[in-house]
Amino acid sequence: MRGLIRAFDIAEAGRNKVMNVATTTVDAAPVEKTFLQKLGRMARRQPLGAVSGMMILIMVLVAIFADFVAPHDPVTMNFIDQLAAPSATYLLGTDELGRDIFSRIIHGSRTALVIGFVSAFVGATLGLVLGVTSAYLGGLFDLIFQRIVDIFMAFPLIIMALAIVSVFGSGVGNVIIAITIPFIPKCARVVRSSALALREIPYIDAARACGYSHTRIVLVHMVPNVMAPYLIMVTSFVGQAILLEASLSYLGLGVQEPTAAWGLMLRGGAEQFFESAPWVAIFPGLAITLAVFAFNLFGDSLRDALDPKLRST
Amino acid sequence: MLGFRALAAVTAGAAAMLATGFAAADGHKPKYGGHFTFVIPAKAPPSLDAHRETTYAVIHPARPFYSTLLRVNPNNPADPADFVCDLCVGDVPKPSNKGKTYTFTLRSGVKFHDGTPLTSADVKASFDKIIFPPEGVSSARKSFYQMVDSVAAPNATTVVFNLKYASSAFIPALAAPYNFIYSKAKLDADIHWYEKNILGSGPFILEEYQSGAQITGRKNPDYYLKGQPYLDKITGVFANKESIQVQALRGNRASAQFRGFPPKTRDDLVAALGDKATVQESDWNCVLLATPNHSVKPFDDVRVRRALTLAVDRWGGSQYLSKIAIVKTVGGIVFPGSNLAATKAELMDMDGYREDLEASRERARSLLKEAGVDLSKTYVLNNRAVDQPYKVVGVWLLDQWRQIGLNFEQKVQPTGPFYATLREKGDFDVSIDFNCQSIVNPPIDTSKYLSSDINPQNYGRIIDRKMDDLYNAMLLEADPKKQREKMREYERYVLHDEVKQMITLWWYRTTVHRSHFKGWKVSPSHYLGQALDNVWLDPDADK
Amino acid sequence: MHKYLVKRMLMMVPTLIGAAILVFSLMHMIPGDVCALRYAGTGGTFDVNQIEQCREGLGLNRPLLVQFFDWIGGFFIGDFGTSMWTDRPITEEMGPRILLSLQVAIMATIISIFISIPLGTISAVKQNSWIDYTVRCISIAGIAMPSFWLGILIMLGLLAVSNQFLGYGWIPPIQYIPPLSDPIGNLTQLIWPALATGYRYSAVATRMTRSALLEVLREDYIRTARAKGVIEKLVVNRHALKNSMLPVVTVIGIEFAFLMGGLVVTEQVFNLNGLGKLFVDSVTNHDYTLTQALVMLVAFIFVVMNIVIDVIYAWLDPRIRYS
Repeated sequence: MRGLIRAFDIAEAGRNKVMNVATTTVDAAPVEKTFLQKLGRMARRQPLGAVSGMMILIMVLVAIFADFVAPHDPVTMNFIDQLAAPSATYLLGTDELGRDIFSRIIHGSRTALVIGFVSAFVGATLGLVLGVTSAYLGGLFDLIFQRIVDIFMAFPLIIMALAIVSVFGSGVGNVIIAITIPFIPKCARVVRSSALALREIPYIDAARACGYSHTRIVLVHMVPNVMAPYLIMVTSFVGQAILLEASLSYLGLGVQEPTAAWGLMLRGGAEQFFESAPWVAIFPGLAITLAVFAFNLFGDSLRDALDPKLRST
Repeated sequence: MLGFRALAAVTAGAAAMLATGFAAADGHKPKYGGHFTFVIPAKAPPSLDAHRETTYAVIHPARPFYSTLLRVNPNNPADPADFVCDLCVGDVPKPSNKGKTYTFTLRSGVKFHDGTPLTSADVKASFDKIIFPPEGVSSARKSFYQMVDSVAAPNATTVVFNLKYASSAFIPALAAPYNFIYSKAKLDADIHWYEKNILGSGPFILEEYQSGAQITGRKNPDYYLKGQPYLDKITGVFANKESIQVQALRGNRASAQFRGFPPKTRDDLVAALGDKATVQESDWNCVLLATPNHSVKPFDDVRVRRALTLAVDRWGGSQYLSKIAIVKTVGGIVFPGSNLAATKAELMDMDGYREDLEASRERARSLLKEAGVDLSKTYVLNNRAVDQPYKVVGVWLLDQWRQIGLNFEQKVQPTGPFYATLREKGDFDVSIDFNCQSIVNPPIDTSKYLSSDINPQNYGRIIDRKMDDLYNAMLLEADPKKQREKMREYERYVLHDEVKQMITLWWYRTTVHRSHFKGWKVSPSHYLGQALDNVWLDPDADK
Repeated sequence: MHKYLVKRMLMMVPTLIGAAILVFSLMHMIPGDVCALRYAGTGGTFDVNQIEQCREGLGLNRPLLVQFFDWIGGFFIGDFGTSMWTDRPITEEMGPRILLSLQVAIMATIISIFISIPLGTISAVKQNSWIDYTVRCISIAGIAMPSFWLGILIMLGLLAVSNQFLGYGWIPPIQYIPPLSDPIGNLTQLIWPALATGYRYSAVATRMTRSALLEVLREDYIRTARAKGVIEKLVVNRHALKNSMLPVVTVIGIEFAFLMGGLVVTEQVFNLNGLGKLFVDSVTNHDYTLTQALVMLVAFIFVVMNIVIDVIYAWLDPRIRYS
């Protein structure tokens, strides 16, 4: 019987590992080269990764220089051209208020990337610190912290975010909070499992023997060694955050008009007039898909590159 | 009494069938049978008790199950002053005792759906609940009945209303579509019973209510109007999203939506369905307001409020916004179809309605400068999370005010928090608000703009006795011509002299239904004409 | 085995209690309350006393701790309480909606299995070929596509196609058709949301199938099989696929628990009156008891699903079974 229980524990460990791969795609990775070298290697071995990296780069540049790239102002209404079909003037047509969809998509990339990056970075970083701390301290803290993580993991992201956004209200800042909070435990769980292995490595003992403070050991000696899963998490979180923001905005609980935001553009007129003006519904959705696609593909390739087990021989 | 503009104007092109509506005029006799499905463009209401509610989300699903004492003539709802008896017999009674006593004789033999007879005691109990609700019972339109002293039921078929003073507002108030007649026995057992249950004496009998999803009724074989209703079965499906409503009509999953669509949707549907779609249009007794919060700076300053109204291009907005939103008509505080309403010339003599938009906006900019308004600040426009027309008009206003250098952001909230902000919290600079009434009764409808302490539904935190005096003078004026003049004075004071509130655009009702749905006629209110006892389905229309 | 299961069941309790505390606190932090919404949520005059009576009646004036223990206590005796918005028992509110959402979830899962296992297999076998890249792109696009947008596209497609071939616009029924009364009608209604969510979830499973199979294909016994001269098709079908199913089953199981979340948005697109719509409505109505019960249901499904996965794990993996 005892053997059986151990077997189940193995199974559980396996399941946890699988879950991590499934939702966040990470395992511990060796720490042998600098990040740049890894990137270079990845570009050679991962053509999809390189392509997606380029897509992300272009997106970031477009967002930064939105004011110069966009041919029209994203919020100015132009009632003479309501629901105009795509043309030379309006590359992707206009919406029901005569606003240029192409320009709104370009400016919407700002909203998406700001929300995506901020919540992914903050969420993953807090998760990183908490996860490593939990692994390092172990004991009661670890036990309690893991149960708290369990609780958060039991909710689908959208349900958590919906509840939080109802507490804080809508708007960009609050949407970021609503998306960040459920990310923290997700990242903490993954980072912790990588860090657990680390704890047993002698140099951590050495550091402890040197009398370094817990804070120093965690931040200086452990955190840098779980950078690989952390980076992969950040990438995948950006995509998830963009999707979440779009869903919240679509439900009317996210970013508010007239701010240009992709999910918001799919509300109201986009659905109402979709038969006679399909461009209003098609292009913003395409923008979301492309952006999330790029981040996911990048994260996927990053995992393949960093995880030796899956590397092709 | 009231003159109305041409209604039922069909503009959707040759493909659209002209909506003539009236049974005889259609050249068809009503057909019997059929299962009529319609979409209710709302979320499920908090309760089913219409005495308590103010939303069509109760009227559309529940009205077919009930009778009322009086109602707007279902065959002529375009004139909401054309009242007919529903449960009473004969014509609408004339008052006696110098206009202070109204005596109604009820139909005999009317039964509730559970078989119990409907008597004057039930009518009295229902109106007592509406007019004199006991503590802990809300009655949304209680203030409409301030003239009523008592309701009496001297015998089983007679109901007498005793008024404190004669009032022309009494009969219109009595005919409100919310005044369902409930069973006294049920009310006595539990006065809140009707919040969750339905038991009336109307043309249809409740079969099933799936909370939040759909409501189904079957024909009442014992309905007191002989030969009616024509339909065997009705189903109302709650569909909050306009896209679903459009698709439902498009794919023939529902035959009607009774609130209204933007013209662009009308055109799309007519283009797709041709003569299988019928369009009916009307002015609409609803208007969106922009209410500045008079208790916060800088909106306590009339110069700033004037700048706000000057910036708004109402004539242009009417043209462009009306394509995609359910708003259209430029007007003052009075329903534009009423003869108490301002003419175009009278409107154009007020700030915000003038012809030269650029001059107005230039003046607005200098007024802001003069008042020392901080243009770097972003102000808050409180708005309701309803697309049509709230959010569309909100986005439009933001754009208008941006043109004079004022930056606003929208705080869009679901209905509950939206009202909490208006009523208790007051944390807004300007708010969208609305005045939407069923029976057209301008002297009562315009009480919306009275000082906030007199009418708590004026959310601008405005106290101005001069304004209240102007209103009362108008209300008590018996001569129609003089009343019209006094209405102008009141209106001009509210909209121009003091810019207490701003009228944006009056709604315009464009209904589209499948052509096989017959007998229903558009009215200036989506609360009216929803008993469905006089409508029928004509399968031939789909051929 | 029994002992293990009991241990796992007991471990559920703290998680569920934690979830209860979390959702209870969140709900009570939302500004405004259900009584104000019910009695003064739309315009018109209202009686302040009625709001107060409602608060009193629902027990909202009691200390939070009392409210919490009253609510959580009900769960242990199987009393889920009544909806604060409609005053109807929560089981009654949820009942028909659970059926609908469950059906869509099951259909979506089946669809995702049918898409993911063949695609994942072919992608792994042809690793780093253009087929592999295409499949990966398709599956990543599935995760990237907002399911509500896919829903909109499906509706648009249905209208366009039916117009072309039937001559009139066809859309799925807008009122719920129970599967027993009209199975065909039910299917024509629910297949579309199931497709929209199923495609999305197939993406995760496809990726998992691919990587699990890749891992197994490198095992020694596969090499042995190949060395023996077993043809490649058999190697994959007989030896590798079966052994790589473990993580795939896991992912499908976990995703099933998360389908509830996906339905929140999809049900809006198709006007389905399921649990997802009920959840959004109950949050906006400030219906504390109903939201709390729904969240607990989701958490419960998740926790139970985890146990079920472990059991399937033991059943599928001979090393665990026979150790």
